[in-house]
Amino acid sequence: MRNLLVLGGGTAGTMVVNTMRPLLPDDEWSITVVEPNQQHHYQPGFLFIPFGIYEPTEIRKPQSSVIRSGVDWVIGEVDRVIPEANTVLLQDGSRLDYDQLVIATGTTPRPDQTPGMDGPEWHRSVFDFYTLEGAIALREALASWDGGRLVVHITEMPIKCPVAPLEFVFLADSFFKDKGMRDRVELVYVTPLDGAFTKPIAAQRLGGMLEDRMISVETDYYIERVDNDRRMLVSYDEREVPFDLLVTVPLNMGADFVARSGLGDELNYVPVDPGTFLSKNWDNIFALGDAADLPTSKAGSVAHFSVEVFAENFLHHVEGEDLPMRFDGHANCFVESGNHKGMLIDFNYDTQPLPGKYPLPGIGPFSLLRETDMNHFGKMMFKWIYWNALLPGRPLPLPALMSMAGKEAPVAGAGVDGPDEF
Amino acid sequence: MIGGHEVHVDAEGFLTEYEEWDEDLAKQLAANIGLDLDDRHWDAIRFLRDDYEKQGETATLRRVTSIGGIPTKELFELFPKKPAKKMAYVAGLPKPAGCV
Repeated sequence: MRNLLVLGGGTAGTMVVNTMRPLLPDDEWSITVVEPNQQHHYQPGFLFIPFGIYEPTEIRKPQSSVIRSGVDWVIGEVDRVIPEANTVLLQDGSRLDYDQLVIATGTTPRPDQTPGMDGPEWHRSVFDFYTLEGAIALREALASWDGGRLVVHITEMPIKCPVAPLEFVFLADSFFKDKGMRDRVELVYVTPLDGAFTKPIAAQRLGGMLEDRMISVETDYYIERVDNDRRMLVSYDEREVPFDLLVTVPLNMGADFVARSGLGDELNYVPVDPGTFLSKNWDNIFALGDAADLPTSKAGSVAHFSVEVFAENFLHHVEGEDLPMRFDGHANCFVESGNHKGMLIDFNYDTQPLPGKYPLPGIGPFSLLRETDMNHFGKMMFKWIYWNALLPGRPLPLPALMSMAGKEAPVAGAGVDGPDEF
Repeated sequence: MIGGHEVHVDAEGFLTEYEEWDEDLAKQLAANIGLDLDDRHWDAIRFLRDDYEKQGETATLRRVTSIGGIPTKELFELFPKKPAKKMAYVAGLPKPAGCV
């Protein structure tokens, strides 16, 4: 009997075990997942909690209900992986041996990594929304807030779901308009990037959307500390950004056990082959989802497309054969833009988000890089799809690899910054 | 052509061929963006060059600080406003991936 051991039961880990169980014969393979949390969260839903669009009860389910039968769930925290011995030690002292290991422990916001961020103002005037507790605390703060300067801030890239902070500021604009208090709120977007987003054409469109909504942008901002007494962000080059309410995305880091095991880079992400997710150092260790150092967005869609490629490859890998498929970095993200509209972006390692239609060329029903009601509808439908198709590992009619069909190719040089911008 | 050197660059002026760089060219690139290189600049640039050779990608600011041992504050003093981008430019490496 061989064992596939999966560390982490989030989006990627749960999809892996649920997808692999029917593909691997029960009498040849056991599958075990290690996950300490009793509740599984629909993480895209965190964004909507502060604005009262979703209730916390809608976005969580017992972990036991999302793991397929035939998969063993070990409730525990990983202490370290010992790759030389094909063993994982848990913090309670027990050990789990493996033939093949998948690290899917994701990435976590770490406010403790920026001086002052988790200081006395934490969850008083300084909030995050990438945790359920943070999102709920922020909902309470927003409900009674009577206006002022709201700063939305990204500490450092990469972060999980890199469009979410933009969505947050669009939804905030919409929220305050609906409450009739937009004129009493100053919205500021502070980013370490040199524009609204990383990819040039999308950055232009999204930048225009910020401008239309009178949201000011502070770029190239690399935070050093949060000054709690003066309610101020302070950057390494001593730019000060005052706030009445700060919604920050703390530094994101992979799990600490990855570092303890000598398997991580400086942010605890596991270096892997970006086409196969196989560790660069161990040929029976994979990293999937946000835990890997893939040069694409840390997003559920990437995890989903990755798992499809992984599943196909894994069956060959364990027979000692070459891996037939290579992942292209495909990501596909709905971007809520407020006022019941949304955008959709579809891209990969080599192709930036482009305008067009998705998934059917010329038809859609979704529109790429444009704000439409249908895209918003898609985002709202996605919660159902997540619980009922994605997590159980049922196939979706979407190809794992990106397609250029339906996309409008850019004219040469479009959206490229000139060298003069230094 | 940059300062008598014939080199390949991308649309933003970043060198695309690792081997086309030398320290003489770096001084010229630095001058293009208003920098006069001292020993501390060179520490950062040499770290970036070595690290790229080993890793195949341009080091992030965090990496220059945590592995290269140069405090972030100092990097902002040496390469004002956009240190990650400026260091890569002078070191003849691709623009840092900014991530996604």
